[in-house]
This record gives sequence, structure tokens and C-alpha cells, in this order.
Amino acid sequence: MTHLDDRTEPHSPLPEGASAQVATTDEIRIRTPEKVCGMGHPMKRKEDPRFIQGKGRYVDDVKLPGMLYMDIVRSPYAHAKIKKIDASAALAMDGVLAVITGEDLKAAGDLHWMPTLMSDTQMVLPIEKVAYYAQEICAVVATERYIAADAIEKVVVDYEPLEAVVDPHLALEDKVIVRDDKEKKTNHIWHWEAGDKAATDRVFAEAAHVIEQTMHIPRIHVSSIETCGMVANYSKVTEQMQIYMTSQAPHAHRTVFALVSGLPEQKIQIISPDIGGGFGGKVPVYPGYVCCAVASLVTGKPVKWIEDRSENLQADSFARDYHITAEMAADANGKITGLRVKTLADCGAADAAANPSKFPAGLYSICTGSYDMKAAHIAVDGVYTNKPPGGVAYRCSFRVTEAVHMIERMTDIMAHDLGEDPADFRLKNFIRPDQFPYKSPTGWEYDSGNYKAALDEAMKLIDYRALREEQAAKRERGELMGIGISSFTEVVGAGPSRDFDILGIKMFDSAEIRIHPTGKAIARFGTKSQGQGHETTYAQIVAEELGLPAADVQVEEGDTDTAPYGLGTYASRSTPTAGAAGAMAARKIKAKAKKIAAHLLEVGEEDLEWNVDKFQVKGSPDQAKTIQEIAFAAYTNHPQGMEAGLEATDYYDPPNLTFPFGSYICVVDIDSGTGEVHVRRFVAVDDCGNIINPLIVEGQIHGGLTQGLAPALFEEIVYDENGQNLTGTLADYLVPTAVESPKWETGRTITPSPHHPLGAKGVGESPTVGAPPAIVNAVVDAMWHLGVRHVEIPMTPQRIWAQLREHGVTD
Amino acid sequence: MSRHTIKLTVNGEAVEKEVESRLLLVHFVREVLDLTGTHIGCDTTSCGACTVLLDGRAVKSCTVFAAQADGRSVETIEALAADGTLHPLQEGFWEKHGLQCGYCTPGMILSAKHLLEKNPDPTEEEIRWGISGNLCRCTGYNKIVEAIRYAADKQRESTEEVSA
Repeated sequence: MTHLDDRTEPHSPLPEGASAQVATTDEIRIRTPEKVCGMGHPMKRKEDPRFIQGKGRYVDDVKLPGMLYMDIVRSPYAHAKIKKIDASAALAMDGVLAVITGEDLKAAGDLHWMPTLMSDTQMVLPIEKVAYYAQEICAVVATERYIAADAIEKVVVDYEPLEAVVDPHLALEDKVIVRDDKEKKTNHIWHWEAGDKAATDRVFAEAAHVIEQTMHIPRIHVSSIETCGMVANYSKVTEQMQIYMTSQAPHAHRTVFALVSGLPEQKIQIISPDIGGGFGGKVPVYPGYVCCAVASLVTGKPVKWIEDRSENLQADSFARDYHITAEMAADANGKITGLRVKTLADCGAADAAANPSKFPAGLYSICTGSYDMKAAHIAVDGVYTNKPPGGVAYRCSFRVTEAVHMIERMTDIMAHDLGEDPADFRLKNFIRPDQFPYKSPTGWEYDSGNYKAALDEAMKLIDYRALREEQAAKRERGELMGIGISSFTEVVGAGPSRDFDILGIKMFDSAEIRIHPTGKAIARFGTKSQGQGHETTYAQIVAEELGLPAADVQVEEGDTDTAPYGLGTYASRSTPTAGAAGAMAARKIKAKAKKIAAHLLEVGEEDLEWNVDKFQVKGSPDQAKTIQEIAFAAYTNHPQGMEAGLEATDYYDPPNLTFPFGSYICVVDIDSGTGEVHVRRFVAVDDCGNIINPLIVEGQIHGGLTQGLAPALFEEIVYDENGQNLTGTLADYLVPTAVESPKWETGRTITPSPHHPLGAKGVGESPTVGAPPAIVNAVVDAMWHLGVRHVEIPMTPQRIWAQLREHGVTD
Repeated sequence: MSRHTIKLTVNGEAVEKEVESRLLLVHFVREVLDLTGTHIGCDTTSCGACTVLLDGRAVKSCTVFAAQADGRSVETIEALAADGTLHPLQEGFWEKHGLQCGYCTPGMILSAKHLLEKNPDPTEEEIRWGISGNLCRCTGYNKIVEAIRYAADKQRESTEEVSA
């Protein structure tokens, strides 16, 4: 792992048109009739019939002849030397075929270590010591699931417990070294900076108001309802490795497997079938996957490994865990002038973050948010601790949630300190529409935005001014009611290949469309849906561009033998990258279709115009050829000299990221006796540019909001001082149910992306990013008059009650 | 390991199998009968992905032994549209976008089926409590509630038509 000392943002110049001032509307653009069902139609999802009838096919549903089962022995210590592993009793059991240890992997070609996505290293199976609780020790392979589970109990491991370091601040003291395999005996991994330090220090020296606040964005877990798993099926005869895997990025995983194992890449097929939720948790390669593949290689039989929920929560990659100290400066007029941030990133026992490789702290430097300011400086340090490695996104584009939480909290504290209404304060400090394209002090160029429009809409929908009156009246009566705002800016769609890669693989994405002679189509993409509805939205994109009914477009993803190479689905990148590739591939097809139409109609191409689903002769619309007629001709009557067929592939490299945004307003009531927070209303106005399917967009927003509510109020992965996980089941790790989830109210503005071929921006993660600070701001707003400045998340009743007690409200 | 021969009805068909005493009903359904529409999401009876109907009552099949189903009737998601017509709940989930990844959906639908049999006209709050043993990570529940409401309305309409 390189030490990125004093590193600054590596952005390079953008091409023309990647950012611009764009008009905002609230009208969804629909250009095709319902039978075509292109963009803007609320089409019912094409994938749903199989799911509602129990006919989805997830990894655990795969059953192959002669299949074996693998289970994993895990460490009961967070930090311990391994003195001996005795597997003899397990191996003596009927039905147990093999026990794979770190020594075995080492002998198989140093497979006991593997690279992480951040070019750090991570143990697959340990030989000398374990560095986190529930770490994989060895894998047992048996003929039946229950026998494998019995056998892991029979493996005797002799440990010598070591002192564990759990707190990243203590880890920096280097008294306990987590990674003594490294040359440098330190827990400090990297230091990373963005922005202009000298300019920021000057702004702070001149400021009329400066505030400072520390905050912790705690460790959380995606906890998709389907855990991770694999069926590996190696044939010693054909030397082919077929893998079914819960993968958000099957193509990248194939390349990683090829590089790590030495198997030729054409002999590896990864199939990512239906995926039961991803949220970033299915981006990394976990030790269990490697063990499962090795188990199949060793036995020559199919091997299934499905982790249980405890393993999932205790050992798979976490999200967040940023310890932040932020300062904000403002001038005498209450105008924000600067932001200065120091952050400690707790990486666990390996830097296994799923970030683009040049961005060790992800896109955290987006943290100046929606506000125009003169200068900002951000410094982040990565630290090893005796906790599982990570981190992944939890429905977030690479650390944007941490950034938004911080800036929206700081903005709110500043507004309250200055005695200004938090809405008015934001309106005063927003980047104005005429400032786009906007170059942020940390180097981002925002593609388009209209922050005032979104906040105005949210205030109108919730009747903000009336709520403030109600709050004042309630406060008179001693009731605790709060109103919180979050006006976030997201950054998604990684990304431009000049800046974004994972392990060197550029972050383009791809689409391949083939039109069959009868005018039906198959479209394949390099991404992989985990519930986002790609089979529907991608079909609508093809329908929009080519006029083929979306119902006639079969969308496929996730099989590396058939789909074009892509980097996968996470960070809200599918629509910005693969969706764009779909549009561009369709446009290549349309260009050829025009030549065929000209040939069929015996006119020049310049005499033709496109009309929904056909080329017609200008001024003579009766003379026309539909896309279906053209498709038939492409195979039966194409012009001499032209290649037959009608298909195209596009690898799309976006010129810039997209910057979705929105304004959320939350109303809470707090029970001063119990400290319980009740979210009474929550209005979310999102602007994700042009909308492909409003039904799916709304579903994405609802789901994202609930995954914003969850860490704000309920979820945290908690460790004791020895590094034991105290929240290792769903009985302790509190995923919200329908009862805790509010009735979400949504609204929209539409400010298209100027550079995306469809003007779309991506939406899946905006609500998760934007919602938590709205809830925290509401809770603090309810208690500000008592002297409460900040509340850490999750805002459990106990935490709120303690604050109320400290401020004399309850005893 | 002791074994039992169990006789039960699964989705209307008689089944007789010899099973290990400790075999969980969810593994019996998924791996012995190959009815993979019933899913597994946790090991603490928390998530409800494995919900099936046992003698008409919604149960989490990860916490029932297959042997306990002896002599009883089990209904899984595969039974709902066995005649080729979607059940009103399935229709509602599709119409109202009540699912995303689909993993919790079968359990959610069966919990809702039990709920509507007990209470054909539930309030929103009753629906939310009725599915509070089933976790969904994708949808935020609003559209699931709408889907169940859709099914309740549709079933009541058809009941009224029959009685009229």
C-alpha cells in the first residue's frame, strides 16, 4: 500500500459541454406512445412476474449434480496468534471431504493473501494470526450442508489471544500493531488531502464567525436480505471454472479471479443471477468466495457456500466509520466562506474499501455540498484497527454520505448560531443556477443544478412557514417538535476514465444491442441489477431511441460469457454509464437503420426524418419504414455492400460525473419522557435529471430514504473493547420494519444533466445520502433552545434521553 | 441422527418423506422439495424471508422442524398462481411496485395473505403491523402497504360480487 502523503485531487480538465447552466422543470418528458413505452412512462416492471411467483433464481437456488457444501470456521478473538489448527476430528466424520487451511492455500501458490480493491492486501485464510473477530480460519467441505455445519464445530484451533485495538484514535499510538506483516510497523495507512490549505487558513483567519463540531458516522452494515454466497463448479476435464456468485461486478470479479488464481480468463465464467439486494456489500471479493472456488478446484466438484446472517454481519465489509472534526467559517453577513475538515477513517484490518483507486477517501471531497464558498481543505487519514476490513458504500457513492452529513450538520449549526432560519440561511448560501458549471473549491465541476428550486418545492409541499408557527406554539407548551432540512448535492456515475479506475480497470460501462429479423431485440449490459429494475429501465432506453416497444426488448446482465465487459452496478452508476451506453449503441443502430430505410424507400438519407419508431420522407410522412420493417430488411434485403444484421456495441466513458441533488424536510416529535424520536413527516424533493421510469424512481427514493432513516435512528455495528461484535444478528442490528418507517412524501424538480445522452443523472442513492442529516437536524432543532448543539447517530431513545436529562428536561 | 417419516400436504399435494429430526422446514421445502421460492435471510427468526403458511397461519419456516409439519398443510409462494392466474396479492405487488430485488417478496406476500384472511379490510397501521415480522431492505415499505391495500380492495370487490 502506498502512502499517499500530501496528495491532492487528481482531476483533469473536462471536455466541452460536460457542465452547463440548464433549465429546470417539473414536467416528465414523454416522447413515445404507451405502446412503445420509452422514457417517462411508469411501466410495470418486466422482471416482476418471476419474483412474485417465487421463480427468481438466486445463488442459493442453484443446485448442481454432486454438489458439495462448504462452511467456515471463524475466529472467536479479534486479535490472536494461531498456534495450531487440528482438523483431524472433522476429517474423520462421515461426509467430510476436505478442510482447507491457510497453509493449504499458501502451498497452492500463495493464495492465502489476496489484493483488496484498494491495492492493499487481505488474508484469505490466516497462518500466523487473526486480526478481527469472526475472521475466516479454515473451510470445511462436506457432502451435505448440515454435515459441514457439524464439522466446523469439530475443528480445534489453539489461539494465543493478543491485545486488540478497536478505537482508531488509540490505533494511531501504534502500541498494538494490527498488520505486523507490513514493513512499516504502524497502523497509519494513508494520508490524503483535497482543496487549498493556505487559502482555507486565510479565510478562517478573516472570518467573522467560526464553528467547530466533531461527529462520528458509525460503522453500519448493508444487511441485504440475501447474504453472500457462491456455487463454484470446476471441471478437471475441460478446466473450466463456472461460478454463480452474489456479485455486483461480475466482469471485474472474473478478472480478479484470473489474476489471483492464474486460471486463464476465458476459462472462468461468472454468473451473477438474481441478486437479493446489494447496496455495496456485494462489490468486494470476500475470503469465503476464494475458499469456495479453491474447494471446487481441489475436489473437481461443484461446491456451494452460503454465509449465514451472523457471518454476513460480523465479517463482511462494513460502511462508514468516519471520525470527523469540521470547522466552518462565515463572514459578518452570514455568508459561508470556508470549510476545514480533518477525518480519521477506520479501515479495520485491511483497506478493503470499494473506492476508485485514486480516491482513498472516495468522493468525500464533495463535502462543500450545495454551498458556494471561497475555500475548503480536507485531510483524511486511514487507520488499521482489529475490526473486519472495508468499507463499502451502504447505498452511497463512495463516502458521499459522510460528506453530506457533515456539511448539512455544519450548515445547520451555523444557521442556528447566527439566529437565522435554516431554510433562509441555505437559500442565501446556495450555489446559484447562473453559477453552473460550478467549480467547487475542492476541484469538482458540478454538471448542473438548481438548489433553490428544490428547496422552494420542498418548503411548499410541507408548508414550512406554518410548521415554524406550530413549533413556536408547541415550544410555549414545553413540547419538543423539530424541523430539519438537508439540501444535499450527490456525485455519482463514476466515471470518467481519466480519473476513475478500480485496480487499474477504467470505470466505463457497456451495452450491446442486437435486433432480430422480426423486430425484437436482446440488449446486454456490463452492469448488474440487484433490484434496481434494469430489465425495465434499460428496455425503456432502447424503446426511447429506436421505437421498439420496451416489451420487445429482452435485457440481460450478469453472465460474463455473454454480456459485454463492464464495471458493474454500485455508486448509482448504471444509468449514467451503462444506460448511456445503451442510448449510444441504439444511436449507432439507428444510423445504420437510416441507410437501410433510404435504400428501401429509394431516397437519400438527407431526405429522411425520424418519427418515434420509423424513418419517414420529409414532407411525405406516408412514405415510411418502421424499425421493425428495417430490422427485417437488415437480414433479408440490405443494400449491396453493407454488412447484414442490425446490432451495435458501445463502451461509454462519461465526460464528467453527474450531480443529482435535492432538498429534504423532516418533522419530528420527541417524547421527553422516553427520548423516542417520532418522524411525523418527511418530504423529499429529488432532482435526478430526466426520468426514465417514474414508478421505479419513486421506489428507489422510498428505499433510499428508509436506508437513510435506519442509520439515523437504529443501526450501528457495535464492538466491545476486545473487538467482539455485539450486534452480530438481526435481533441486535436493528433494520427498520414497516412500523418504524414513515410514510414518505416525494416531490421533484428536473434539471437535466448537460452531458448524459438522455439527460439523466442516477437516483438510487441520493435519499440514503440526503436523509440522515435532515433527521438529525430536526432532532437538534427540537432541542436547540435547551442548549443541545449536536446529537450523534444512531439517535437512540437512550441517547436523546441522556441529552434531555443533561439539559434539565427530564429526570 | 434420528429420522422420521413425515406425511403432509404441500401446496395441495400429498408428500411423504423420511427426514432427519433436525431438518428445518425451510430446508425441507427448498432442498428436498425444490420449492426455492421460500428464501433464507437470517438465523434468528427476524427477517421473515422464509415465511410459509402452516395450516393457513404464517410461520417462519427457519424456526419450524420439518417433523413438526407432519400431518399438516404447508403452503408456499408457488401455490398462489398454480392455476396460471395471479393472486390479488401478486397482482398488487406488481401493479404498485411492491418489490425491488424480490428476495423478501414471497414471505411478504404470505404474511399479507394471512393478514387479509384474519382482517379483510385492514387500516394502513394494521397492514404495517401485519408485516412487521418481515424485513425488506429495498422498498421502504410504502409500496408494499399499497400493494396489500390493492389486494384487500380487489378481494372485497370479488366477495361483494359473489354475494350480490
